[in-house]
Amino acid sequence: MEIPLDQILIQTINGIVTGLILALVASGLTLIFGIMDVVNFAHGELLMLGAYMGVVMLALTGSFWLALVASALLIGIFGALLYVVTLRPLIGRDPLTTILATFGLSLVLQNYALWQFGAVSRKISEPITGHFNLFHLDYPWYRVTVALLSAAIIGGFWLFLKLSTWGIWIRATTQDRVMAQAMGIPVPWVLAGVFAIGSGMAAASGVLFAPFGGVDTTMGLNWILRAFIVVVVGGMGSLAGSVLAAILISLLEAYASLWVSPSQAVIVSFVVLILTLLWRPTGLFVATPK
Amino acid sequence: MTGEPLLAVAGLHTHYGKSHILHGVTLEVGRGEVVGLLGRNGVGKSTTLKAIAGLVHPSAGEVTFEGRSIGRLQSHTVAQLGIAYVPEERRIFPLLSVLENLRTGLDRRGVDKAKRAELLDKLYAYFPILAERRNQPGGTLSGGEQQMLAIARAMTLEPKIILLDEPTEGLMPRMVSQILEIVGALRAEGVAVLLVEQNVPLTLEASRRVYFIEKGEVRHHALASALHVDDPVIHKYLGV
Repeated sequence: MEIPLDQILIQTINGIVTGLILALVASGLTLIFGIMDVVNFAHGELLMLGAYMGVVMLALTGSFWLALVASALLIGIFGALLYVVTLRPLIGRDPLTTILATFGLSLVLQNYALWQFGAVSRKISEPITGHFNLFHLDYPWYRVTVALLSAAIIGGFWLFLKLSTWGIWIRATTQDRVMAQAMGIPVPWVLAGVFAIGSGMAAASGVLFAPFGGVDTTMGLNWILRAFIVVVVGGMGSLAGSVLAAILISLLEAYASLWVSPSQAVIVSFVVLILTLLWRPTGLFVATPK
Repeated sequence: MTGEPLLAVAGLHTHYGKSHILHGVTLEVGRGEVVGLLGRNGVGKSTTLKAIAGLVHPSAGEVTFEGRSIGRLQSHTVAQLGIAYVPEERRIFPLLSVLENLRTGLDRRGVDKAKRAELLDKLYAYFPILAERRNQPGGTLSGGEQQMLAIARAMTLEPKIILLDEPTEGLMPRMVSQILEIVGALRAEGVAVLLVEQNVPLTLEASRRVYFIEKGEVRHHALASALHVDDPVIHKYLGV
């Protein structure tokens, strides 16, 4: 079967766009895992709640961009509160307890959303409606904007980690929590802060993605599964690894959907996951295994 | 020693799970005083330091710092009060650069930019090797360099006391004498040091007073100047 070049180019752009949103979801997940060894099964629900919060805020303010910022902030604060009441008491316990706790949390949040917002999917319309011509195909500007915005958020976050005092606190706490605290770093606040940042990033990706796929109570599940694959393939706890793995997997899925249906293309992610676990279980993009 | 001690530990007991480690440790450190803590392996010297630093919470007893009870505080609050801890394993942040390791203590509230720069210059003057390696990840330094970094990192807190746990362990003789110089410099600056060591000559030279600890209890205490390396007391508690 002959695949025209323009198709391949369009799928490349699609893959990068989806990859950057996925990277935004996965960064929060990998960050939380890296700093507290907690696999946050409720991360997808924070994304879903973020999208609903976007719907509510959009109705309230009339501005998509204001709704995006407000949702990220509010879900960030909500995430920190969730951490304080459900996970902080479990610090130092068997990792299984935190898995059960976050899994329980995800069920509660999902059903809360179902009760509050109903089973009918909500729609957020694209804030940027223009198109441009790409190989005789109308390509929406909004998609490109989302990709750039996701990249900007991840890039900004990377600079924050690299240069700011909070960034140094977060990295020091990730490497040696006990010693970080002995250096006077307020570790309980750092952990709550990381949860807030991760939750806010999940909420932002929920709002940004909403115009493509709508908002419903189970939208978190789709993302979280792929985000988990990305985090494992990229190397648990590695931010750069997650970003690269997100783009790699999304590109492979986009190319695969040239031949098979998009729902079958998901198989590619699992193949990458299995191969990674077989040959390089510490992750593809981790320079030296920890 | 005159007046109220800087740090006072009274009847300290700690437990790790079911094992009872400290059986009522009592000691004092005055302002700017260097105090040695000697004893065989596993008698509770490191645990005493950890309990003071807030890393281990005492099951009984009292830790008082500048007249304030600190035994129940979290370790970051203890550090913010002016108690710096240099662990035996050094515990450098391996992926942070040397400068970033120092920033973990420098970037705290109440220290402005100019003051940070001044502190950093002072530390680089004490430890020129750290200035040379400032952008290198901490984990790539040699053992001796990591020890220097661990001490410099503690000094970024401008502490009133530094808890030094076996700083000369595994170091070359040249480095050992450098550690002795640093302890002297700290004393000259008025920083107290509670020094846990296996190296008896170094401890006697660096300290004003020495405590001997055995089976989780302080058994003896003397002026360092009153002891010599093959003193019967030292034979009794260290078996050398």
